[in-house]
Amino acid sequence: MKKIILSFSLLLFLVSAFAQSEKYMKAMQDKISALDSTRDANTLKDLSATFERIGDAEKTQWLPYYYGALTLVNSGYTTWMNSQGNTSGLAEKLDPLADKAEGILNKADALNKNNSEVYVIKKMIATLRMMVDPMNRYMTYGPQAQEALEMAKKLNPENPRVYYLEGMDKFQTPEQYGGSKVEAKKLFEQAIQKFDTFQPATVIDPQWGKTSTQYFLSQIK
Amino acid sequence: MFVSPTVIMVKYSCSLLLLLIPVLMQAQHSIDGQVRDAHKQSVSGASVSIKDSYDGAVTDASGKFSFSTHEKELQVLVVTAIGYKSLEQKIDLNHLSSLDIILKEEISEMKAVVITAGSFEASDKKRATVLNSIDILTTASANADVTGALKTLPGAQQVGESEGLFVRGGTAAETKTYIDGTLVNNFFYSSVPNISQRGRFTPWLFKGTVFSAGGYSALYGQALSSALILESVDLPERSSGNFGISFLGISAGYQKLSKKKNASWGFSYGYTNLALAFKVLKQKPEYFNIPQYHTGDANFRIKTSSTGILKYYGYFSQNRVGVRNASVDSFGYQDAFRLRNFNMYHNLAWKENLGRKWKLNAGISFANNKDDIKGSLQNTDDQDVQLSGLEYKNFLLDVRGRYVNAKTVFERRWKGLSAFRFGSEYNYSKDQSEFTTYNGKLIPSTIRENLFSTFAETDIYLTNNLAAKLGGRLEHSSLLGQYNVAPRISLAQKVGKESQVSLAYGLFYQDPEKRYLPAQGDITFSKATHYIAQFQKVASNLTFRAEVYYKKYNDLLKTSLINYREVAVSNKGKGYAKGFELFWRDRRTFKNFDYWISYSYIDTKRDFLNYPGKIRPAFAATHTANLVVKKFVTKLKTQFNANYVFASGRPYYNIRYNNTDGKYAIYDQGKTIPYNSLSFSMNYLPNVFKKGAGKFTVFVFSVTNVLGSRQVFGYQYSYNGYRKEAIVPPTKTFIYIGAFINFGVDRRQDVINSNL
Repeated sequence: MKKIILSFSLLLFLVSAFAQSEKYMKAMQDKISALDSTRDANTLKDLSATFERIGDAEKTQWLPYYYGALTLVNSGYTTWMNSQGNTSGLAEKLDPLADKAEGILNKADALNKNNSEVYVIKKMIATLRMMVDPMNRYMTYGPQAQEALEMAKKLNPENPRVYYLEGMDKFQTPEQYGGSKVEAKKLFEQAIQKFDTFQPATVIDPQWGKTSTQYFLSQIK
Repeated sequence: MFVSPTVIMVKYSCSLLLLLIPVLMQAQHSIDGQVRDAHKQSVSGASVSIKDSYDGAVTDASGKFSFSTHEKELQVLVVTAIGYKSLEQKIDLNHLSSLDIILKEEISEMKAVVITAGSFEASDKKRATVLNSIDILTTASANADVTGALKTLPGAQQVGESEGLFVRGGTAAETKTYIDGTLVNNFFYSSVPNISQRGRFTPWLFKGTVFSAGGYSALYGQALSSALILESVDLPERSSGNFGISFLGISAGYQKLSKKKNASWGFSYGYTNLALAFKVLKQKPEYFNIPQYHTGDANFRIKTSSTGILKYYGYFSQNRVGVRNASVDSFGYQDAFRLRNFNMYHNLAWKENLGRKWKLNAGISFANNKDDIKGSLQNTDDQDVQLSGLEYKNFLLDVRGRYVNAKTVFERRWKGLSAFRFGSEYNYSKDQSEFTTYNGKLIPSTIRENLFSTFAETDIYLTNNLAAKLGGRLEHSSLLGQYNVAPRISLAQKVGKESQVSLAYGLFYQDPEKRYLPAQGDITFSKATHYIAQFQKVASNLTFRAEVYYKKYNDLLKTSLINYREVAVSNKGKGYAKGFELFWRDRRTFKNFDYWISYSYIDTKRDFLNYPGKIRPAFAATHTANLVVKKFVTKLKTQFNANYVFASGRPYYNIRYNNTDGKYAIYDQGKTIPYNSLSFSMNYLPNVFKKGAGKFTVFVFSVTNVLGSRQVFGYQYSYNGYRKEAIVPPTKTFIYIGAFINFGVDRRQDVINSNL
């Protein structure tokens, strides 16, 4: 009988553990799929909160925090794009958001040190801060963004998102400031190559960016 | 006992099923409610969730939320929102009605009121700053001088005939400068009669600047009027080398960052010679020694921990200048003045977080200054001569100063932003002078001072809307054999979403100026009492400030003429200054266009030094106004800067010592013409923002007083008062052209910073 109880409890443990990770995977997959179709700043914020909740509940998973930061940054980019170049009042809105994203990302960083994908988000946060007031902030956040991107590349030279972001920098910067559509195109093409061979560790690991790369590439031709 | 596997399976499945039933059958609860703040205002974007579950929601614009959960019974609800303290609340899901959640505001730097009475801050980090670091460098009239940009702020006078900051009716000696917390004794190059000198340190050395026109913290003392607090840069971003060439000289430097990015060292050297500039731009005095400067500096910076840094900065400079002017006293003769200066300055500063709540800021600086001055009367052949009655014009003066300044500040944070700081400061100075009169008589003097100070200060944030800073400072001077106690109080209260009111009060003491010592008779500290009230509104890219102040001076130094020298005799001087100031900066209205306007009104009178009574001092103009504009033209990769300065005429006096009654008296007085100056500068950055560029170049072109307006700073009288001559700048219009290149490593920041 003892044996039975033992094996039973073991089984139960395994089942519940499996159920737990099943639940986690399912929740993550659901939310990650929502990520692609969401372009509204507030919906992205809600999504970020959801990821953060999952992260807080799971405690040992870095991906929920990673996505929590990513969605928040994307929400910031959306707000910035909607501002149509009128930066007045943007800092008040986007600085707290960048702070929050950084806070969430730090949790991901603590759980999974020296990860290329985390540095990709670090770069995006620095760029977001810079875009709020490029004239005055270029000097502080320009090098910070570049440094994070270099680190991301160093940690994983095969990460396609590094090349996508490099391309975006070249694409969005006016020519007189060192931007170049020609170089952007090269980088986007390089990114596409990397996307084609990139194998995410699990289905919920980062794999976004290909569609956007293709879109921006099509804008150059 | 034998049990078949099937039985086990069945049993197991049944029990498993039984066990799982509660989970599967668990009812779904829905939770809804509203999140509000202490003022019953709805909080949108707050995250509401059940602890350790995935379930939750974010509040909408009206602060409402609703979600459903499979959790049951007693749970913990977690509510978080940016700018609020997070809240955890136990809830029973079985007995749940609509939740009304109140969040408490978090006292945060983002939202909290900032005490700003009296002070202007230039920094990139803090929110409530009026200027960015780069503004210090890109103000047209500043000429890459630290104090240049500050002169465009309200409170500072446009004094062109001597260096330093004359603030709110105070002399330049009433403004003290601090680098990383410690006092700097010879911040400016040594004085040359009637020619304003520059600051010794390049602006790129500093990342933060606080210019306080009054009411400043108890951490600083020995300044009756104003404190200029500079914070030096930390580790560079990258290693780099740079080279600069201009109309005035050449410079080169190197900075090396360690591989681990936790330490750096560097040095630079510059040589300035104004010969070429003076050939092109005619100067009024004749220079028999064209100004020449050798300057060198070295630094190292080491990260001592994740939060700590040890910084060393060392500097030396050697310069010489000799000028000759037609003497106002005697036709056919000339007044000659020659100066040789050597200066050395070392500063070691250490910042560290000691545990979670404690912070340490410690610093020590050592400086050495040597001036060799020769004054003489010369004939038309440039030969030294002595004329009877004017013998005093021939003299030698050797001045040596040795200074040690040390300071330690501990900071203990308590709730929120509130903090307590205390520490002590030690200032040692030894000023030696040897004055040789025309007939070879040597008058030596040595003035030693050991000034010990201790101070304590606390910042109290009662809410995000109300803050107070209470402090006190105790000083003991060995020179005077006296103590002083200086309380300081300031308050700030938010009066609207973007506006606030600040008040400041404080007592400020200062040692007598060493050049009037040794004194005849007992002397004491001079004293100033400040009362300041300020209104400030800061919206995004828009700043407005209005400030009124009243300053009372007591125990100012009085002097008398003894052995041809002006010597302190008492502290019977007194005075006042009152006025109002306005500041407006707008980066919003016109796209890519930034401008600010400042205006100062001052009413001041004082009786000090040789003044026969209370009069308006010669360095105070009633009205001063500045307009500063900046525009970066992307297409041209060029930044254009301009500014216009206006100051109403200043009084001038002919004060002479009357030997018969042994008193000073005013023999003549008047008012100068108003001061006008329009300056313009351009910075062309051919490869700005270009990533990975092997080198980075900046071209600088600037013109001060473009219109060539006549500027008169005052009048100089002949010894008998029969003749007077206007004191004017050495050249009306000054032009500067230079190019700066940063090599090898992509490190644009410093190049831009050092040369714009």
